[in-house]
This record gives sequence, structure tokens and C-alpha cells, in this order.
Amino acid sequence: MSNTARANILARLKETPPQPSHTSYSSPDKGRLGGVSYAWDTAERVRRFTERMVAVRAEVHHATPETWLDVVSQVCAAKGLSNLLVSPETVLGKQIHAQAERFPTLKTYDQPIESWKQEMFYGIDAAFTGTHGGIAETGTLIVMPSVDEPRLMSLVPPVHIALLEVDKLYTTFAEAVQEQGWVQTGMPTNALLISGPSKSADIEQTLAYGVHGPKELVVVVV
Amino acid sequence: MTSTFRTTVRANLAKPEVRANFYRAMDGLMTRRLDQFPDKAELERLRTQSMAIRANALSKLPELLETLEANLTRNGIQVHWAETPEQGNQIVQAILERHNAKSIIKGKSMVSEEMGMNHFLEALGIECLESDLGEFIIQLDGETPSHIIMPAIHKNRVQIAKLFHEKFPDIPYTEDVDELTQMARRILRDKFYATTVGLSGVNFMVAETGTLCLVENEGNGRMSTTAPSVHIAVTGIEKVVESLSDVPPLLSILTRSATGQPITTYFNMISSPRKPGEKDGPEEVHLVLLDNGRSNIYSDPELLATLRCIRCGACINHCPVYVRIGGHSYGTVYPGPIGSILEPQKAGLDVHGELAQASTLCGACSEVCPVRIPIPSILNRLRYDGVRRDTANTNTVGSGKRRTLSEAATWKTWAWAATHPTIYHAGSTLATHFKGMLPTNLGAWTTVRSAPKLAESTLHQQVKNLGVDHE
Ligand code: SF4
Repeated sequence: MSNTARANILARLKETPPQPSHTSYSSPDKGRLGGVSYAWDTAERVRRFTERMVAVRAEVHHATPETWLDVVSQVCAAKGLSNLLVSPETVLGKQIHAQAERFPTLKTYDQPIESWKQEMFYGIDAAFTGTHGGIAETGTLIVMPSVDEPRLMSLVPPVHIALLEVDKLYTTFAEAVQEQGWVQTGMPTNALLISGPSKSADIEQTLAYGVHGPKELVVVVV
Repeated sequence: MTSTFRTTVRANLAKPEVRANFYRAMDGLMTRRLDQFPDKAELERLRTQSMAIRANALSKLPELLETLEANLTRNGIQVHWAETPEQGNQIVQAILERHNAKSIIKGKSMVSEEMGMNHFLEALGIECLESDLGEFIIQLDGETPSHIIMPAIHKNRVQIAKLFHEKFPDIPYTEDVDELTQMARRILRDKFYATTVGLSGVNFMVAETGTLCLVENEGNGRMSTTAPSVHIAVTGIEKVVESLSDVPPLLSILTRSATGQPITTYFNMISSPRKPGEKDGPEEVHLVLLDNGRSNIYSDPELLATLRCIRCGACINHCPVYVRIGGHSYGTVYPGPIGSILEPQKAGLDVHGELAQASTLCGACSEVCPVRIPIPSILNRLRYDGVRRDTANTNTVGSGKRRTLSEAATWKTWAWAATHPTIYHAGSTLATHFKGMLPTNLGAWTTVRSAPKLAESTLHQQVKNLGVDHE
């Protein structure tokens, strides 16, 4: 059935004489928004990113390579977390694991979800992940889940703590795609833009947080 | 004869609570959209750019679909094609049967509404659970969406609180939005935990990389595409774009036009099923490409613009007709201006042609449309197609089917009279003389208005009296 359907649909589409492409569509510019380009320096990018993230009720902390572990540990304490899911394999995860005593019980995602789904869904308080960068214009984290930091880490636990390196904070989405060469390197299984904690306005246009994903998003900018 | 559409409109106009809910919501959405575009020139540039991206994709639709299919297949995503909703449903059914699945959890998808998927699967004994909060609410009440972005916009908090209490009597009554949301979260989390097949729609498909993109705030789209071991995506064939760099401008104008957000909480780009070594994500990802009349729309150079739509809903939010009659009045999956051009083309002018009449042609819809779809012109074209006689020259389904003898005769007589000066003069003078005898009941028009009164003398006489020489 599907093959006939495919042939029929494509045949119908191909019967139509080619429509002229729109003249103002010029490829070099197409990634830019309405031809706008911003000249934001690092400080301005950080300022914009923070402003936008806070506007959607994310928590943003600024830290240095020396202080970020303290910040994460303080966040965990302030939220009264009883455990934290963190990879022991990533560069950042290794550092947290090396000082395990400063954190709530560290949990690892070291097996396929099928073998520990119940604990993941009902027993994990928070997850810590790295990021692939950020977008200043919209206050967005770029997250590309990996073997070490699988997809559900940034989705299922009620709190998501993410670390963003300032040198990977881009001005726009288009710039990130281009600078990081997403097309050239090939897309991962799943790439995500995350701009705040999960929310909905489906009941009377009133914002409510934590519908299906994390209720809280904490970003540590280093 | 009173049509179903007219009856529903009348019924909905008589519900002040529903009207108030729509007014409040649409007002807020219009303001929020406006706030997102402080720079008028930038907005216009972005609209032109977005229109061009969509027009470019449509200009090479068959090739892009083939590239998309090749790249998705290379990435491990299985592509299926469906000409009709029935075929689409059967594809979904076959996948469910292969996995012995008795239930499916759905993220928000208007195309699955278009397919009537829930009814189809439920008749087979398969439970379909909507996980988008708005969809979940209306599903509890046995309703359909009244808006393409905010499905439960016609209900207010108290109505939702009562509904939850009725359906979940064990949970204490609350009107608190946060508590209601948390209730839904708990109920749906258990379902995400247990269900093996998830379904979603698609906002953009990127041919260049073989990527499916989903725009959402809640995480139901991410959950439905990540937690179950099978993910089925369903979408229309027109949703493809050529390259990844086409996506940022479209995403930006979509979210800003729809809900006035600079970006949504989640933008999800899926390019493959779980790869070896990865610890979560579905083992299988399927894409069902639905035609359902789209390739027919594609064949008409004027109507083709309909397919540029990115389903932002801005035209709906700004439509003075929609805000008064509400989404359910349309009796179709897509309401408002986009529904009024899309539905008659999909189902035929004989079925939904009346929707093309349900517009004042004020133009608010095309003024806000991020991809500059000339909605009023398409409405006019569909009105014409509905009553035209030379139906051989158009592909629109149901062309000529709305032509009635009496209407055709009236206009024919009018045209004849208006092109014969003596007759026209005699007619207008006669009408002025006997204006007292003209009917005051002019059908639907006079049910809510007084009949127009003719002037004391004809325009020609008045001009003559003024001494204007028209020669
Ligand atoms: S017709 Fe235009 S405004 Fe309406 S939903 Fe489609 S893209 Fe948005």
C-alpha cells in the first residue's frame, strides 16, 4: 500500500510544472533572521542570555572554573536534593564524582533505561549535564544527549542542572548551527534547544511549570 | 435550509461564557505577538524571508521529499506514505500490531486529528491518550480542539477544575492552576512510564540532514518521542524545508507569531532511532507522510500558497469571526482563517465550502501571517470556484457544487438590467416610487438588522437636481 501511495503522491506532485522559486530567497543570508545581525560581545551575550533565562523562571548562576563545583553543591543543598544523577565519564562529571562527599548521593546512568526505568521515573531528584553551548538572543541551552548523558536525563528528573561554557555561548541559533558545523558533522540522534523549565499555558493562559519535564532548570555559566 | 455550520454558530453565539473565554485569550495573544516585534521593518523582512523559505521548499517539493526520505532512511528512520487518512491509520495500526501494543501515548499532533486517529484506534480496542495538557483536558470531556495551538482555550479554570473533579473524584477539588497541572503530570507520568508506543506531529522536516523538528513547551513531545520504545511521527507532506539553515528563521517567527514567545521551552530535533550503545530513546522511529488532498492543492498555482502555512495560529488569533463564533463552530479540524481555506480544499467545496463565506475579508489574517499567505484572495477564489460553471478549468474539489439556480438567475438578471440603461432607469425609478412596498424581511440579513431603506429619489435624479452635467 505504502509504495503505491508513494508513487501516486510523487507522480501527482511531479505532474505540476515546477513552481518558480521565490526570487528574494538568497542562500548566504537565509540563516539570519530578517537580515538582522547583532554585534554582541561576550559580556553582552551573557547579559542577554541571563535576562531571557530568568524571564522564563530558570535559575542562572555565574561561576568560574574554580568555583562551579561549589555552586552546584550549594544549589543541591539549597534544594534539599537527596540524590543527583551525573555521568562519571564526562570531564565535568568526573570532577563531581571526585568530590562526591560534597554532593547528595550520586547516581549514574550506566545501563539501558529498560533496566532501571522505575528508579529513573520515580526515584531521581535531579540530574546534572553539560551542554553543547547556548544562544544569547533567546536564552537557550543547546543540549546534545550522548551515550554518557542520555536523553532522559534532561527530561525526567524534576530538577535539571546544566553547565554552560561562556565560549560556547553564541548570539543566535543560526550562528550556533554554522559555527559548530552541524550539517558537516552530521546531526546526533537527538539535539535539543532548551529555554527554561517545562511549562504550559493551557489552563486559562496561566503559566504553570513542570508539566512533563523538569520543574526547575538551573544553569551554571562558567 | 439551515446548514450544520449555521446551527452550530448560532448555538455557540448563545454561550456567553465560551465567548468570554475566547475574547480574553485572543486579546492576550494579539498583544503578546505585537510585543515580540517592536521593529516593524525587521518583522516585514522576517516575513518575506520566511515566505521565501517556504515557497522555495514548495517549488521543489517532490525532489525534497525524495531527499528527505533518502536521508531519513540512511539515518534509520522508516518512512511511510499515505494518500488518505485511512491509509495513514492503517500504517499506524500495523506498527502497533507488530509490537502487540494495546495503547499509544500522543504528543500534540493536528495531523492525527485530521486522520481521526483516536476514533480509528479506539474502535480497534487501542487506548489513545493525549498528553499535551490542553488535549488531555478536552479528551477528558470528549471534545475536539478549538484552536490549533491551544486546544482547550474555550474552557476556563473553573470549568476545568469541575471536569477534573468529575473524572478523578478521589483527588480533592481545586481551582489552582498549578495543582491541576501537577495532577495531570502525575497521571500522565505513569502512562509515559508504561506505554511502549509514542506518537507525535512534526513542525519542520529537514531534507538536507533527515531531521524531524518539534516545537513545544511542556515536554510531552519530548516524552512521547523518547520514553516509549517506538516513536511514530505523522505529518503532512508539505512540512519539508530544504536545509538546516532554513530552520532558525522559521522557528523564530513561528513561536513569536503563535504565542508571543521568543522561543518555546523545547525545540526537539530528531535524526535517528537509538543508536548502538545509547541507553535510551526509541528503538524504532517511523514517519508517516500524509497527502490527504495536499498534492491536489499543489497543482494550482494560486491555491498552492495554502501549503506554505506553518500552523502558527496567528490568523486564528486575529480573526474577528473566530473570536465571536469560537473554534468548534467551524466543525472542522482546523478552524479560523487557515481552516476556512484549507478545509474546503481538502474535503471539497460541497462539504465545507460554506467556510469560505464565513469571513468579512477584513484582511487581518493575511496582515499577520508570517509566511504572507494571501488568505482573503484564496477565500475569494474558493467562493468563485464554488459557484463557477466552467469547472473543467479548476482542480478544486467540489467546484461548481455551490452554484444554485436561483442565485445564478438573480445575478444574471441583475447583470442584464445593469447593462441596459433604459431598463435600469425604469427599475430604479419604480423601486423608489414603491419603496414603501418593498419587503422588510430579507432572510438571514434582517434577523439581526433592519432592512435597508431606499432613498427618496434615485442617485441619477439627485445628480440631475444638483445640476451636475454628466455628459
Ligand atoms: S495561515 Fe499563516 S497565520 Fe495562519 S496558521 Fe498558517 S502560517 Fe499561521
